[in-house]
Amino acid sequence: MLIPESWLRSMVDPPLTTAELAHLLTMSGLEVESLRPVAPAFSGIVVGEVLTVGKHPNADKLSLCSVDIGKGEPLQIVCGAPNVRAGMKAALAMIGAKLPGASGPTQIKAAKMRGVESQGMLCSARELGMSEDHSGLLDLPGASEVGADVRTLLQLDDNVFEIKLTPNKADCLSVLGVAREVSALTRAKLKAPDIKAIPATCDAKLPVGITDAEGCGRFAGRSIRNVNAKAPTPDWMKQRLERAGQRSISALVDVTNYVMLEMGRPLHVYDQDKVAGGIDVRWGRAGEKVKLLNEMTVDVDGSVLCITDDSGPIGLGGIMGGDSTKADLDTKNIFLESAFFFPEAIAGRARRYNFSSDASHRFERGVDFDNNVAGIEYATKLVLEICGGEPGPTVDVVKKLPDRKPVAMRVSRAQKIIGVPVTADEMADIFTRLSLPFVHSADTFTVTPPSYRFDIEIEEDLIEEVARVYGFERIPANPPSAPAAMRTRSEACRSLHAIRSLVAARDYQEVVNFTFVDESWETDLAGNADPVRLLNPIASHQSAMRTTLFGGLIDNIRYNMARKQSRVRVFEVGRAFLRDASVKDGELTVAGLAQPMRIAAAACGPAEDEQWGAPARPVDFFDLKADVEALVWPRVARFEAATHPALHPGRSARVLLDGAAIGWVGELHPRWQAKFELPQPAVLFELDAAILQAMPVPHPGHPSRFPPVVRDLAVLVDAALQVQALLDAMIGEKPAIVRSVRLFDVYQGKSLPAGRKSLAFRIVMQDTEKTLTDAEADSAIAQMVELLGRRFGATLRS
Amino acid sequence: MQNLDDIVARAIGEFGQAHDPAALENAKARYFGKSGELTSLLKGLGALAVEERKAAGAGINAAKVRLEAALDARRAGLADARMQARLAEEALDVTLPGRGRSLGGIHPITRTWQRIEEIFGSIGFEVADGPEIETDWYNFTALNNPENHPARSMQDTFYVDHKDSSGLQLLLRTHTSPMQVRYARMHKPPIKVIAPGRTYRVDSDATHSPMFHQVEGLWIDEHISFADLKGVYTDFLRRFFETDALQVRFRPSYFPFTEPSAEIDMQFADGPFEGRWLEISGSGQVHPSVIRNFGLDPERHIGFAFGSGLERLTMLRYGIDDLRLFFDGDLRFLKQF
Repeated sequence: MLIPESWLRSMVDPPLTTAELAHLLTMSGLEVESLRPVAPAFSGIVVGEVLTVGKHPNADKLSLCSVDIGKGEPLQIVCGAPNVRAGMKAALAMIGAKLPGASGPTQIKAAKMRGVESQGMLCSARELGMSEDHSGLLDLPGASEVGADVRTLLQLDDNVFEIKLTPNKADCLSVLGVAREVSALTRAKLKAPDIKAIPATCDAKLPVGITDAEGCGRFAGRSIRNVNAKAPTPDWMKQRLERAGQRSISALVDVTNYVMLEMGRPLHVYDQDKVAGGIDVRWGRAGEKVKLLNEMTVDVDGSVLCITDDSGPIGLGGIMGGDSTKADLDTKNIFLESAFFFPEAIAGRARRYNFSSDASHRFERGVDFDNNVAGIEYATKLVLEICGGEPGPTVDVVKKLPDRKPVAMRVSRAQKIIGVPVTADEMADIFTRLSLPFVHSADTFTVTPPSYRFDIEIEEDLIEEVARVYGFERIPANPPSAPAAMRTRSEACRSLHAIRSLVAARDYQEVVNFTFVDESWETDLAGNADPVRLLNPIASHQSAMRTTLFGGLIDNIRYNMARKQSRVRVFEVGRAFLRDASVKDGELTVAGLAQPMRIAAAACGPAEDEQWGAPARPVDFFDLKADVEALVWPRVARFEAATHPALHPGRSARVLLDGAAIGWVGELHPRWQAKFELPQPAVLFELDAAILQAMPVPHPGHPSRFPPVVRDLAVLVDAALQVQALLDAMIGEKPAIVRSVRLFDVYQGKSLPAGRKSLAFRIVMQDTEKTLTDAEADSAIAQMVELLGRRFGATLRS
Repeated sequence: MQNLDDIVARAIGEFGQAHDPAALENAKARYFGKSGELTSLLKGLGALAVEERKAAGAGINAAKVRLEAALDARRAGLADARMQARLAEEALDVTLPGRGRSLGGIHPITRTWQRIEEIFGSIGFEVADGPEIETDWYNFTALNNPENHPARSMQDTFYVDHKDSSGLQLLLRTHTSPMQVRYARMHKPPIKVIAPGRTYRVDSDATHSPMFHQVEGLWIDEHISFADLKGVYTDFLRRFFETDALQVRFRPSYFPFTEPSAEIDMQFADGPFEGRWLEISGSGQVHPSVIRNFGLDPERHIGFAFGSGLERLTMLRYGIDDLRLFFDGDLRFLKQF
């Protein structure tokens, strides 16, 4: 909302500078978003009367004018504006004048233009920094006094406050509302417009009825006959409207806008001759249509309030008037409407039709239901002054008005919530300044909200008023005090930050990707034909909620490799979103959807940065498998060959922990590598974060005092056999003295029989009670060899 | 005894001439060996008279001690020289780069997130997180948002094709505030929690991302006032930016879920933002209707809540001027963290 300072100060004029006033408003909850002068600084610009306009001897597009500025000889001025004409009054920058410029003020000097001296410059509105208009000279009113200072003449020493109002401050949606606020805050006297009843001079009227009073509670109106709709809007009104951001349209419309901006009272003006019969306010009916002032034709229904005449809807109540009954320049007889519509009956309606209006903006927040007649009288006065006419009697149909229930506020409660012992006297003073009528007894103030306040319904609303006017700045910033209870995370649960650090330490860079993705990523990378979809995505490539973090990470590789990064390793911690009928509404769950936190990583390019001390090789499955093992440590995960839509079927594994699937690791399927245009294979993993957070608290045993015996065992087995099977069998059936079995070598080659591979295990044996003998160790190894032979056809490699 | 002194001098000379252990042992044998000169002298003692023998024996023994000392010194000298040679040979170019993997890094938003957890953790705030696809009730109704509020429109809120148990469309949470309600319903006062996480709004331009991060704060007890909010949040900002030269102001504002409500602005004493008030957070005393939705009695329990944008805090902390850098996944940017 734009509030010109001069308009505001005409109603309340506290001894504050412009900047202080802006600060005061901001700190009381009326945030001044910007404060700008209506015109930049300039000087030496006076009203000049163009006496003659002649041709410039050396240039077709320039004129040579003589301009009177009320002292000395007329000045010779070269001018290029198309609208220059003899007799016009224009702004003249004299020699020495300072004009606003992009890089500081520019001084006007006597200059020769195409060989002819110009003793100053005639200015456009843009040259004075008043607007962007550079189509011609600023045309000053004919009555302007020659030689007068243009700044003074046009009242340019004015500023505009742009105020960002919060939705609860409906009472401040006008100059009067802001002035009332300033008066309360500064105790400066409020000079509200003096509105007197204008007696009727004829019996012109329009029958008015309200059918649906829960939508429209009050409807005041007045007919005025024989107005001159073509009369020009006076300059003072135009100026105020323009500075408040309202374009001047016609005198009749300008008057209604002026009253709305000044006192927050929306009005509507009808061409009474176009209204069929009388007016009735009722809910719309399915099938009815109305063409609005903004040329839109809208369908109405039972949730939209309509102003109707005998022909049906002629406007949307509280939102916008209709095209068929609008007052235009040929209108003779008008009808002014000043109604009260309930906020609930207006809220959201305009938005449903995809527009907003000044009226709906106000009515949905709450408009004073006690100033309807005052608004009519004020508008009548202005119409009569500008357009003439004969007013009929004011009609005022009152059906139902909002309740103004008294609200009680306890002094003690206010003090407790604010945290400052504001005294009851001070509270009484605050309510008085805000013109909130109250009764004070013992601990309680009982306030009856005035008709223009729609934000006072509960005790906290009054506490807020007290705090606001008392001043947030005066409330101390208390050091908090609370019982010093210790809080620590359970040792058995790592924070996600700890896990992130672990992943970062393994050379992955964290990224944050959008959780809504291209639906094709879900189809391709998750085999998911039915992702949770956004109903209103910003873009089609951000329309499906991800069930895997893979897509974003692969795209990160693509993005970075396209920017000449040869080695990309990224990870993300974030949620996936899966339809899951087994999920019920719970403390942290929403029925039908699982939203697990995941940790996923992707690597592409060399396993290590190219370096002098290690041979270069591309990252592979086992690099990421080791990363997964490190993340799970000290628990031990199992990996089983399994296929995943995103992954190479021969190079992917499901990760299991304590028998439960917790994620995947594998190489990106070559098909997707091609589709994402990755120059090299990428390897990925994705794990459930909650399971990784769990950490067993250690239960250590004593180390054995007796020396271990270490034996290596190399066997030949079928090349297709998975190592895990052998390890499981050996661990499952090992003699008691065997402490650990570890695979340390795999060999397949020409020196071996076809279809066989060699596996070498290092077996560590130890007894807790005595030193092992060679015979005991030999016997244990023999048992393992026998086991592997029996179960897997393994033979000792000779 | 002139003879003995000569032998000692000669032997020491020969030891000194020995440039490796073998030569040294050969030299030693010439004096201490079976037919070595000192050995011979010792053998010759028997031929002397008792008195002479005593004096001569003492002389020879003294010479032997001297020679053994010289021998040990020479041995140590040779070993030391060998070690020096080896060390010289083994010397590396220590300026060659280290071997192995380098280090990754943490995203700047996460870094801020973690610091906020640490700062609030230091005065006893718990950390909570919950669903990002939320119900209308937790995201709006429980927080006192009127039914017709524009925030609920599809121009502002992302809705998904799934309905909640009461038939209302589910949505992507527009703020972390639903966690106030969820957490408060799970715990008894005093409730002291922050809830950082991802949030979503239908907005995408240079200064808005459709997905962003917020941190919610909530402190509910029997006497937590607006003055406490000012104290806690002011302290937080000064810890977060690590400067006491930070102006913080609270100005009246409006949110459906708090009353009184305050917008929190801050101002740096120096740097690129010097002297400008920067909006940093919305806050206020929790609205009694919301307290009731926590399952608590607003007559007994009061307190404050705030919600701040992690992107904004991160940008101000590290001087980042483009929001999009956070979500591009560009390693050239992220590697700096």
